[in-house]
Amino acid sequence: MSDTQAVSAEKPTFYLTEEHHPENSTMLGFWIYLMSDCLMFAVLFATYAVLGRSYAAGPSPADLFDLQLVAINTAMLLFSSITYGFAMLRMEKGDKGGTLGWLVLTLLFGLAFLGIELYEFHHLIHEGAGPQRSAFLSAFFTLVGTHGLHVTFGSIWLVTLMVQVSKYGLIEANRRRLMCLSMFWHFLDVVWIGVFSLVYLIGVLG
Amino acid sequence: MSSQPHAPAHESAHNTHHGHSHGHEAAHGTFGSYVTGFILSVILTAIPFWLVMGNVLDSKALTATIIMALAVVQIVVHMIYFLHMNSKSEGGWTMLALIFTIIIVVIALSGSLWVMHHLNTNMMPMNPEMMKNMP
Repeated sequence: MSDTQAVSAEKPTFYLTEEHHPENSTMLGFWIYLMSDCLMFAVLFATYAVLGRSYAAGPSPADLFDLQLVAINTAMLLFSSITYGFAMLRMEKGDKGGTLGWLVLTLLFGLAFLGIELYEFHHLIHEGAGPQRSAFLSAFFTLVGTHGLHVTFGSIWLVTLMVQVSKYGLIEANRRRLMCLSMFWHFLDVVWIGVFSLVYLIGVLG
Repeated sequence: MSSQPHAPAHESAHNTHHGHSHGHEAAHGTFGSYVTGFILSVILTAIPFWLVMGNVLDSKALTATIIMALAVVQIVVHMIYFLHMNSKSEGGWTMLALIFTIIIVVIALSGSLWVMHHLNTNMMPMNPEMMKNMP
């Protein structure tokens, strides 16, 4: 972009010089996938925002949610984000062992997040506050469950890439895949910001 | 290859056209930027949790507004420090896609709330007692 501007500043050319065509548009394509995923989450957030106060004479967020658990969960996801960032930094240095080490730590934090969330879901359903109880709980389980499903698939992807990296090293294809997963993982953290703010904190606030 | 400093690596990628990763090298963060983003996120997460768990403010509306404002700030922090968003990556196309998505998200969210709020206010009033006696 800046190159073409620099060229046109020297001598006026009235045609596009397509000299630097991007060789690899995977990052842009994956970003557009993330944006479409963002639209899906936006619809789920809108559904929750509309239905979140329809308790059907059932339990409200203040009765159900344990904010300490949610705070621990948030910390797990935040830690996994920073450890994935460190894995990317090791990858840039070409340090295979360091990359794998940080990825293992990321996976552990991701699994801890999933474990706490499954415990919370199990607890809620056990208390009779399952998705069929009220519109609020249906919307809650759909939104938070979809996010949890994304983290699950992200974790499976992470395991796959760890096997790939340990087998073939930090080759070009693996670096590209790790960068895609990096965007996916950080994106899930962004969605979680919306979840804990809108669903848990404002929900408990009443 | 990757041990070269950033700016010259970017130049050489233009000249030699090998090493696909160099084209995206600018999209990577540094140790400092990741730590900065992390510390900002921790602060921006801790404040809303503290506000709600400690019952700090009397006004619920004010607390909710602060929570949503901090969430927006934290999303921007994550976008910049973790997702490395800037107006130059991929020739500005990622930023364009992001702006388009934000517009659609705002329309979807505000539109849903607006329409459904009016729908609710025009519905027959119902209290929990009536709800319990419903079939």
